[in-house]
Amino acid sequence: MSAAPGAAPAAPARLRLPLGVLAPLLAVLLALAAGGVLIAAVGQSPFEVYALLVSQALGTGYGVGQTLFKATPLLFAGLSVALAFRAGLFNVGAEGQMYLGGFAAALVAAYAPLPAPLLLPAAVLAAALAGAAWGAVPGALKARFGAHEVINTIMLNFIAFALVSWWGRALFVPATVRTREAPEAAWIPRLDVLLPWLKGSPANLALLLGVALAALVGVLLFRTRAGYELRVLGLSPGAAEYAGVRTGRAQVLAFALAGALAGLGGTSFVLGYKHWFEQDFTAGAGFMGIAVALIGRNHPGGVLVAALFFGMLAYGGLVVNQRVPADLVNVLRALVILFAISAHALVERWARSREA
Amino acid sequence: MPAPVVSLRDITRRFGPVVANDRVSLELHAGEVHALVGENGAGKSTLMKVLYGLHPPHAGTIEVDGKPVRIASPAEAMRLGLGMVHQHFLLVDTLTVAENVVLGREPRGAFGACDLRAAEREVGALAARHGLAAEPQARVAGLSVGEQQRVEILKVLHRGARVLILDEPTAVLTPQEVDELFGVLRGLRAAGTAIVLITHKLAEVKALADRVTVMRAGRVAGGGGAADFPPGRLAELMVGHVPALIEARARGRAGDPVLEAEALAVHDDRELPAVRGVSLVVAAGEVVGLAGVEGNGQHELVECLAGLRPARAGRVRVAGRDVTGRGAREHAEAGLSHIPADRLRRGLVRELSVAENLVLGRQREAARGPWLGGASLHERARAPLEAFDVRPRDPGLAAGRLSGGNQQKLVAARELTRAARALLAAHPTRGVDLGAVDAIHRRLLAAREQGLGVLLVSSELTEILALADRILVMTGGRLVHETTPAATDERTLGLWMTGRATLGDAPLPPPAPGAPGGGGPGLARDARDAEPRA
Amino acid sequence: MEGALLFAAATLRISVPYALAAMGGAMSERGGVVCLALEGIMLHGALAYVLGAWATGDPWLGLLAAVLAGVATAALHALVTVAFRADQITSGIGLNLLAAGLTRFVLVTVFHSSSNSPRVAGLPDLPLGPIAQVPALGPLLATPLVPLTLALVPATVWLVFRTPFGLRLRATGERPDASAALGLSVARLRTTGVLLCGALTGLAGAWLASEQHSFTDGMTAGRGYIALAAMIVGKWHPAGAAAACLLFGATEAAQIALQGSGFPSALLQALPYAVTMLALAGFIGRATPPRALGTPYDPEAV
Repeated sequence: MSAAPGAAPAAPARLRLPLGVLAPLLAVLLALAAGGVLIAAVGQSPFEVYALLVSQALGTGYGVGQTLFKATPLLFAGLSVALAFRAGLFNVGAEGQMYLGGFAAALVAAYAPLPAPLLLPAAVLAAALAGAAWGAVPGALKARFGAHEVINTIMLNFIAFALVSWWGRALFVPATVRTREAPEAAWIPRLDVLLPWLKGSPANLALLLGVALAALVGVLLFRTRAGYELRVLGLSPGAAEYAGVRTGRAQVLAFALAGALAGLGGTSFVLGYKHWFEQDFTAGAGFMGIAVALIGRNHPGGVLVAALFFGMLAYGGLVVNQRVPADLVNVLRALVILFAISAHALVERWARSREA
Repeated sequence: MPAPVVSLRDITRRFGPVVANDRVSLELHAGEVHALVGENGAGKSTLMKVLYGLHPPHAGTIEVDGKPVRIASPAEAMRLGLGMVHQHFLLVDTLTVAENVVLGREPRGAFGACDLRAAEREVGALAARHGLAAEPQARVAGLSVGEQQRVEILKVLHRGARVLILDEPTAVLTPQEVDELFGVLRGLRAAGTAIVLITHKLAEVKALADRVTVMRAGRVAGGGGAADFPPGRLAELMVGHVPALIEARARGRAGDPVLEAEALAVHDDRELPAVRGVSLVVAAGEVVGLAGVEGNGQHELVECLAGLRPARAGRVRVAGRDVTGRGAREHAEAGLSHIPADRLRRGLVRELSVAENLVLGRQREAARGPWLGGASLHERARAPLEAFDVRPRDPGLAAGRLSGGNQQKLVAARELTRAARALLAAHPTRGVDLGAVDAIHRRLLAAREQGLGVLLVSSELTEILALADRILVMTGGRLVHETTPAATDERTLGLWMTGRATLGDAPLPPPAPGAPGGGGPGLARDARDAEPRA
Repeated sequence: MEGALLFAAATLRISVPYALAAMGGAMSERGGVVCLALEGIMLHGALAYVLGAWATGDPWLGLLAAVLAGVATAALHALVTVAFRADQITSGIGLNLLAAGLTRFVLVTVFHSSSNSPRVAGLPDLPLGPIAQVPALGPLLATPLVPLTLALVPATVWLVFRTPFGLRLRATGERPDASAALGLSVARLRTTGVLLCGALTGLAGAWLASEQHSFTDGMTAGRGYIALAAMIVGKWHPAGAAAACLLFGATEAAQIALQGSGFPSALLQALPYAVTMLALAGFIGRATPPRALGTPYDPEAV
C-alpha cells in the first residue's frame, strides 16, 4: 500500500465523502481541544480565547484582510505539497522553493532592465521558474537514482537558505537583510483597492492568483491526460507502468510543477506586501503547507479551505497575544498534523477491517 | 498403525465468498513423508497456513499428539513442534546464517551479550547432524537459493520441529539441489520427523512420498498410500474429470503473425532465469493456449511480451514491429492489448472510478488533445459496461468497490473493446462467475473471428481446451509440448504440465525403484537444467 | 600545535550534540521507524534541562528532566507511528513543529520572555585532576557529557551489534515479517528503539542548554537535521554516524574560524547537506537504509 498521506481512504463510496471530511474535521476539533488545555493551563478560558480569535480574524475588515494575507502563501504551499502527493511524492522542500522563488522575484523586480509593464509578469515568472528548478532537482534524483525525496528536499531547504545568505552579501541593502525595494510597476496591488472594506490589510492579488492556480491544478489533475497519468502513478505504480506512463519523466514534471507553485507563493510577501525580499520571510509557510495539504485531502478545493482556516489561526494568534502566547497557534497547527495522520491511519484500518 | 502426530478434521476456511478449504481432513504420522498435491488455488497452501496458525479455521478441529489444540499464531505452532518452510523465505539478508537461525533464541554470553561463537557452533552441529551443508558465518545475502532454503530448514529444526511443512520447496531449485534436499528429507524421515510436502510435481511425489492427498477446489479429491497413486491417477484427480465442451467451430484462417517471441529469455524478481529460450508465434485469427502450472515462467513471459519486464535475450514482435526492450506504451501502440494476471496491482486502480479505469493504458487515444475526463469518460463507459454486464452499472463508482468477478469483467471489457491486433490474456476468467465466464469466452471468440490473435494463458484446462486452436505447454521456463484440443485431453495435458518430459521426447519408461530423485533421466532433461549462475 | 588543539577541541565540542542525536536516530531507524523528529526532541530536551535546573537548582536533575522529555516526545512518535501505524515522516515533521511552538509557549508563560530563559547552572566539571590541565582538550573532557558521549559510541555499537536486543532490532528493521514469524513483537522492538532515540537525543538537548546555561528560542538551529544527515552518511552505524558527526563538526568549526575572512562561509554551511545528498544518490558508497524503514508493519498483510 503506497497511498501517500492524506489520500482518500479506500472506503465504501457512500461513506467516502463523509469520511473524507470527517477525519480532518475530527483532527481539527481534537487539536482545538488540546489547545484548550494549554489555554486553561495559563489561566485563561478556552472559549473566550477562541471566540476572540475568530471574531477578530473574521469579524472586522482588517482582520479578514489579514486572514487572507496569511492564508495566501499557505494556499500556494498546500497546492504544491498536494500536487506532489497526488503523484506519490513527498515535497518537504516547499519552504526552500518558496524562499528561492521570492528571492528571484525580488531581484527581477528590483534590477531587471525591462519596460514597466513587463516588470511584474517577469518577476512572477521568475518566482515560478526558480521554484520549478529547485523542485526539479529532487525529482530528477528520485527518477534517476531512486534517492528518497524527503531527505533530499529537507537538505535542499538548508542549501537554499545558505545560498541566499551568501548571495545576499552582495545584494542586500547595506546593514539590512533585505534586497532593494522594487519600483511600483512591480508591485502586486493590494486587495483593498478592490474591496475597500479590507482597509489597510496587506492582502493582495496574489491570493487571486492562488485561487486561479487552485482551479488550474484541479483541472490538470482531473480533466487532463497528464493529470490522469500523475494520479495513476501516485495510486499504483504497477498500474502506471502497465498503462505506459513514463515514470521518471512524470516524477520530474510533478516535482517541477510543485516547486513552481511553492515558488509563486513567495510573491505575496515579496511583491505584494514589502516589495522586497527579506531574510526568513517564509516563516515556516512551506512546512505548514504539509498540514494544509493533509487537512485539504490533497484536493485543490480542500486545500483552499484549509489554507483559509490556518490563515485565520495565524492572524488570530497574534490577536490573542495578550491573553495567550501567539505560539499557541503554532502548537495548534502541529497538533492538527499529528491528529490528522493518526485519524487517517485509524480510519484506514477500520475501513479495511470492514472489507475483510 | 501408530497414532498420528497431527490430525486435521473437517477443516473449513473461507475468504469472503470463496471457500478455500471445505471440510478437509488430513493425518500426519511420524517418520512419514506426506505429499499434499493440487493445482494453484486448490487450497493446499491455505490448509497448511491454518495448521501453522496464520489463519484460524472457520470450522473443524486440529489435534496434536491426540490432544485438541487451538493454534492462534506461528509462535504457538512452533511451540507445538510444527515448523514451516515458506515458499518465499523469511530471511534477513544482512545477517549471517547463524544469526538468522538463532534469532529469538540467542545463546547468551558475558553481560547478556549474544554469544555468536556458540550460535555458530550450535548451527554448525545441527547442520552436520542432518546432512545440511551450511556455513554458519556466511551472510545470507550471498547465498544461493538452495543454500537459503537450507537455512530456513535449520531455523525450523533449531526449534525442535517434529513436523516439517515444506511449501513448494523445489520450485526454485536446480536438479542437484533437489537431490540434496531429498537426501536431507529422507534423513529427517528416518529420524522420525513427520514431513508434509506441498507440491504439484508428480515425479517428486513418486520419488519421496509415503502417503499422498490430492486437493481440488478446496476439497480432498482423493488420497492414500503413495504406491496406490501413480502420476496418471494423480493428474486426473488434480485437474478433474469434467469433459470439455469443445464447441464445434470453424478453424480460423491463420493469418499474419501478430505476436512473436523469438528465443526469449526473461528473469524473475530474484534475477533467476524464469523463461529459458521460448519461441512462439500467434497468428491473426487464432487463439493459442498456454497451459502450465503457475510458477513455471508464464508470468514472466507474459510481462515480457507486454513490455513490463525486460528480455535478457531474444526478441518480441507485435504485428511485425520489433518492440524488444520497449515499454508498455510502445507495445500498446504496436497493437497489443493485455488482460493482466494481477488485476489489482496492474490492471486496475481501485481508487479511481470505473470510467477512469476503462481508459487505463489507452488514455492517449481516449484523450482529445491534452483533455481527458468528465462526462466524455462516462459516455465512453456505457457501451463496454453494458456489453460485458459489469455490475453495478455505475461509471462513477470506485473500481475497488466492485466484486472480484466484476473487476475482471471490467478489465476484459476494456481490453476487448480496443482496436488491437493481438491480445495477451492471462487468466482472464479468474474469479468470475460462470455466466460471465461464458460471456467473456464468447467475446474472445468473436474478436478472434475479427482477426484478433490471442495468447491465452490459463491454469484452467477446460478453458484452454474450449477456446484454443493450438495448445502449448510450458513448464520449467520452456515450452515442452504442442498439440491441438482434438488431439489431447486434460489427463495428458496434466501430465505434460507436471514435468513429465520435454518436447519431442517419447514417453519415458517408469523410473527404477530406489533411484535418487525418482524421475531419473526425465528430471535432468526437464527444463530446469542447471545454468551457470550469472 | 596550540591552534590544532584548539581546533580539535572546537570540533569535539560542536560534534557532541550531533553525535548523541545521530546515534539516537540510528536506534530508531535500525528498527524501521523513520525519525525526523530529532530536532524537536532535542529542543524539548534543552528546555526540560533548563526547567529542571531552574526549578530545583540541581543541574543533574535538569539532565534527568531532559532525558525524560526526550523519551516522552519519542513516545508520542511511537504512539502515532507504531501503534496507529500513521505516516512516520509526517509525524516527525509534526513533532518538530510542535516542539518549536510549545517551547516558545512555555518560554513566554513560565519565563515571561519570548527569546530566552534566565541563567541556570551548567553541569559541574568532573574532577579529572591532571587531565584537566591539558590545553584546550582537558577542560572539555572534564565536562561530564563529553566523556559520556565518547563512552556511548562503543556502548551503542555493542548494543546494536552484540546483544540479542540489537540483533532482533536489526532483523525487524530489515524483515519485520521474518521477526514476527519467529514470535518476536515488532511493535515492542520498534518502540524500544524509538524510546532509546528519545533518551539519547534528549541528552543532546541537555548538552546545548548546559553549555549555554540557558534556553533560547530555536537554539537547536537545525542540528537535528545535521544529525539525521550524519546518520545517513554513517550508514546507520552508530560509530559511522559519530564519525560523520566529527566531519560535520570540523566543517562547522572551520566555518566559524573563517568568519570574517571573506571566505564564503555559506559554502561550508551547505557542505553537510550536499554531502548527504551525494550519499543518498549513491556517490559515497551505497547508503542503503534498513529495508523496512518507513513502512508501518501490518500483521494482517500476510
